Amino acid sequence: MSTQESNFQRFVEVGRVVLLKAGPHSGHIAVIAEIIDHNRAIVDGPTTGVPRQSFPYRHLTLTPLKVKALPRNAGSGTVKKYVEKEEIVAKWDSSSWAKKRAAVEKRRTLNDFERFQVMIHKKGRRDRVRKLLKSSKA
Amino acid sequence: MGSLTEYQVVGRHIPTEHEPTPKIYRMRIFAVNDVVAKSRFWYFLRKLKKVKKANGEIIGVNVIHEKKPLKVKNFGIWIRYDSRSGTHNMYKEFRELSRADAVKSLYQDMAARHRARFRSIHILRVVEIAKAEEVRRPYIKQLLQPKLRFPLPHRVTKARSTFVAHRPVTF
Repeated sequence: MSTQESNFQRFVEVGRVVLLKAGPHSGHIAVIAEIIDHNRAIVDGPTTGVPRQSFPYRHLTLTPLKVKALPRNAGSGTVKKYVEKEEIVAKWDSSSWAKKRAAVEKRRTLNDFERFQVMIHKKGRRDRVRKLLKSSKA
Repeated sequence: MGSLTEYQVVGRHIPTEHEPTPKIYRMRIFAVNDVVAKSRFWYFLRKLKKVKKANGEIIGVNVIHEKKPLKVKNFGIWIRYDSRSGTHNMYKEFRELSRADAVKSLYQDMAARHRARFRSIHILRVVEIAKAEEVRRPYIKQLLQPKLRFPLPHRVTKARSTFVAHRPVTF
């Protein structure tokens, strides 16, 4: 049944990398170590500071990443070994999703003057692009 | 009803001239706090033995903690419950992290399916099912198959406002 063709790309399965959307570790990624039932799973993030815990699917998002061949109900040590072997954290950090999240997070911490600086820089960039485009057309 | 705790309640009849060393009884009770646990102890003991609160004493109340609270276990629970028309025995299975959590979901399940209240349910036995073959109910069996995987269809995200520029994506 589980090997059947499906139109879905991401599944709740052991080894699936998830992004936590609530709680004290919101915004961190973790790995599904064991499926409890249709609503919850045991997630573990030994390399991302997420302690092993039960987590509802309602408060997490599935990512395209997956730790391959992770045994079911693996302990924190084993999860850490597999995650480090497959460089999951590096893969996540280089994804455009993570970069966008980081950018949004960074922008939120800026103060008024820094936002002004960003505006000036963006104006400068627009100006250069516009001039370059005009000179290439002519 | 908040989260349940498993208590060990120990009590006995008050020593009398006739019986200077009364038998000591021990019960494992699931209750929200130790007050309820002691009350339930007397409720069950006076049904089973000729001891009641007026002529008995509680020797001790201890909390029983789960040994491995991060291990997923399958529990079998035997209950007796009073419906509106009669008394029934039941066996149900739950997949939870602790015995107390399993009993909590049992009460929720009985409330949902049978409108049964806390007062009309007696927990007879809570057993951890060690082997996967011994699981009887299909709703737990389906979670034990190897290489289990399933998608999360139709994910509705909370919109920040009633009027947003983009339609929500639910897949």
